[in-house]
Amino acid sequence: MRIHLTSVFVDDQAKAEHFYTEILGFVKKHDVPVGEKDRWLTVVSPDEPDGTELLLEPAGHPAARTYRDALVEDGIPLAQFAVDDVQAEYTRLHGLGVRFTQEPVEMGPVTTAVFDDTCGNLIQIATQPQ
Amino acid sequence: MADDDLFKALGDPTRRTILDELTEKSGQTLFEICGRLSMKHGLGISRQAVSQHLAVLETAGLVGTRREGRYKFHDLNTAPLRRIAERWHVPDAGGPEPAAGPEPKESTP
Repeated sequence: MRIHLTSVFVDDQAKAEHFYTEILGFVKKHDVPVGEKDRWLTVVSPDEPDGTELLLEPAGHPAARTYRDALVEDGIPLAQFAVDDVQAEYTRLHGLGVRFTQEPVEMGPVTTAVFDDTCGNLIQIATQPQ
Repeated sequence: MADDDLFKALGDPTRRTILDELTEKSGQTLFEICGRLSMKHGLGISRQAVSQHLAVLETAGLVGTRREGRYKFHDLNTAPLRRIAERWHVPDAGGPEPAAGPEPKESTP
């Protein structure tokens, strides 16, 4: 069994598409209309075009808002992405106006940081020692 | 008694570690504090337990919480610690330590 797809609930799919591709640097993989205005919208890493897809799922379900707001208040990220250098990525994203709730911190073997994806979620980036 | 809250808060090693980490950087989310405790200090305690520790520190006035938009941050406030120094007078920090003063006359055999 492999992890093929995972998802984040986003407030606005168009805004999410912009943030996850233009700012974070992911590549759009699927964009299929579903229902009236929703899309099956997935992105992948440019380094792994056939790797795990991230579904940018509309946060329409009434429970989604309560759930996500509670996580954001306590600073809990919804997903973690691996980067080669957290500090460099922090500098790059911060320069693009991305809001971090946790600046890079060495936590034992890993360095992590947490930012707001502007679509209702916090995302953690981490560098694992090689 | 406010002092009882203060001493109770300081009387627990996990809470002292939380204060250490907030000294390194004030303004942390609950998630960051939990991460530091588990990853840096190997403390396997639940998020709920950390929340309770923070509540005790907040009651003692050592930690304050601040909401910024949708986020909540915890800040260190060491002001209550002054009450300890005032209660048991501490000599001037700038003055010489008793042992570090002029050469003690201990050379006499």
